[in-house]
Amino acid sequence: MTQPITARFQLDYGAFQLAVDLCLPGSGVTVLFGHSGSGKTTLLRCIAGLQRAPQGFLEINGCCWQDNERDIFLPTHKRALGYVFQEANLFPHLTVAGNLQFGLKRIAKPSGAADLPHILELMGIDHLLKRKPDCLSGGERQRVAIARALTLNPEVLLMDEPLASLDFKRKQEILPFLSRLHRELNIPVLYVTHSQQEVAQLADHLVILAEGRALASGPLSETQSRLDVPLAQDRDAATVWPATIASHEDDYHLTHVAFTGGTLSLPMVDAEIGKPLRVQIYARDVSIVLEAPAATSILNVLPGIITGLADDHGGRTVVRLQVGNQALLAHITQKSALLLNLQIGMEVYVQIKGTSILN
Amino acid sequence: MLTSADLGTLLLTFKVASIATALMLLFGTPLAWWLARTRSAWKGIINAIVALPLVLPPTVLGFYLLVLMGPAGVIGKFTSWLGLGTLPFTFSGLVVASVLYSMPFVVQPLQAAFTTIGEQPLEAAATLRASPLDTFFSVVVPLVKPGFLTAAILGFTHTVGEFGVVLMVGGNIPDKTRVVSVQIYNHVEALEYSEAHGLAGSLLLFSFTILLVLYTVLKTQPVAHQLK
Repeated sequence: MTQPITARFQLDYGAFQLAVDLCLPGSGVTVLFGHSGSGKTTLLRCIAGLQRAPQGFLEINGCCWQDNERDIFLPTHKRALGYVFQEANLFPHLTVAGNLQFGLKRIAKPSGAADLPHILELMGIDHLLKRKPDCLSGGERQRVAIARALTLNPEVLLMDEPLASLDFKRKQEILPFLSRLHRELNIPVLYVTHSQQEVAQLADHLVILAEGRALASGPLSETQSRLDVPLAQDRDAATVWPATIASHEDDYHLTHVAFTGGTLSLPMVDAEIGKPLRVQIYARDVSIVLEAPAATSILNVLPGIITGLADDHGGRTVVRLQVGNQALLAHITQKSALLLNLQIGMEVYVQIKGTSILN
Repeated sequence: MLTSADLGTLLLTFKVASIATALMLLFGTPLAWWLARTRSAWKGIINAIVALPLVLPPTVLGFYLLVLMGPAGVIGKFTSWLGLGTLPFTFSGLVVASVLYSMPFVVQPLQAAFTTIGEQPLEAAATLRASPLDTFFSVVVPLVKPGFLTAAILGFTHTVGEFGVVLMVGGNIPDKTRVVSVQIYNHVEALEYSEAHGLAGSLLLFSFTILLVLYTVLKTQPVAHQLK
């Protein structure tokens, strides 16, 4: 698979250094995840050209935006990107319509402006066009900001913690719009966040950053379950599987969903057959048995292979498994791991006690 | 009540102030923009030079300008070489002196306004394909409109009121360099108090009206605040 986004940056601010070398996919949502000070926003700003890394190489879909060896540095206004800031950063002297027109007026016409009515509908902001930004709620402002970035029909959409400045209610209001964006537009998104919830809900590809370095980069569940990054050890560690609705079993209020390599039974989901969804499985809800249990109250028992084991020196063992084509994490006690004599490569069964549906 | 000579000085004063204000906005805007955004080591020195007329006695500034623009001065030699003659005791010399004298009143409010808007709108504009120049006119200017208005009004009124510098470089030549403040002085010297009253009263009314418009209709920040 070709990786249309190549980003290599090195910069040194004394107290903070950034050194990354990443290849990222040209579709879907790539989440740049890390705590504050991990360099995720700096990386995004380097990609946008808002900050200039002295050592850098950046190529997007074959277009070179920065290469210090060839002395190339495209200024931000010449890069085909959309950028959504943490604070919506709308122009206060323009109406919503004026803000949306600002970029539209400035892009080369033949390259094709985006479908404005579709964007308005997608973000649900038709009724706000005549308002000034200071008459909008925080959530509305951020939706306008996202729409404004989309009007440019960018090669890549960069989002810097777009939900961080909003309260819980507003976040819940915007997340469905982001999921829709993800499903309906074919623009690669680089999304910066420190929220595991947003990772679970939006990411297809995950990059984990710490202290200016990329600890891991790969497809979501694979990266979430890597034992060499701290995420897998987290109390709330989980893996997210993409799945589609396969059938409903009305009598028992159950829905069966298919993932690559098997099916899961979930409490009834009110959605049509064939609809995609994300299933989140917490590592603490997964237990391991050596043989298929003859009788168990747990519906979801799946065969899997152990691909990794790590002790956290606190009495807990983190087990990484391959189930179908999906990676899965299980948190079990160190004692259980010893009693079952778990080894890498062993074929076992996983019992999934609970799941949660995202979007 | 106002004689034709008095009206002539009023007209001349407004002409000097208008041209000087236009020039100050033309040169002061890029200077203020640079001062608001630079991290250069020169910033301190340039700031100090721009602010100098605020603290310097006008006669001192006028004296140096007279010397520099005179036949033996650097500027004088340059203007002679250009075939323009020397500037002291001419209308142009008056304008040049006014620009230098009133510059801080234009640069400082602009610099403060530019600093206040911060980096964010500029970055947003850049991500929306606006070049730096485009951004300046389509985002910065509308956002700092009150700053421009304050700068223009302060520059203009301050030029109208100058006395010391005018006397040093412009003298007191009727219809050429005799401005209102000098004419009032002439009237008082000649004990023509009622004529002095006429002119002084006009200026008082003019200045008060302008400030009233500035603070009530346009609701801008008090001048002292902007100058901080």
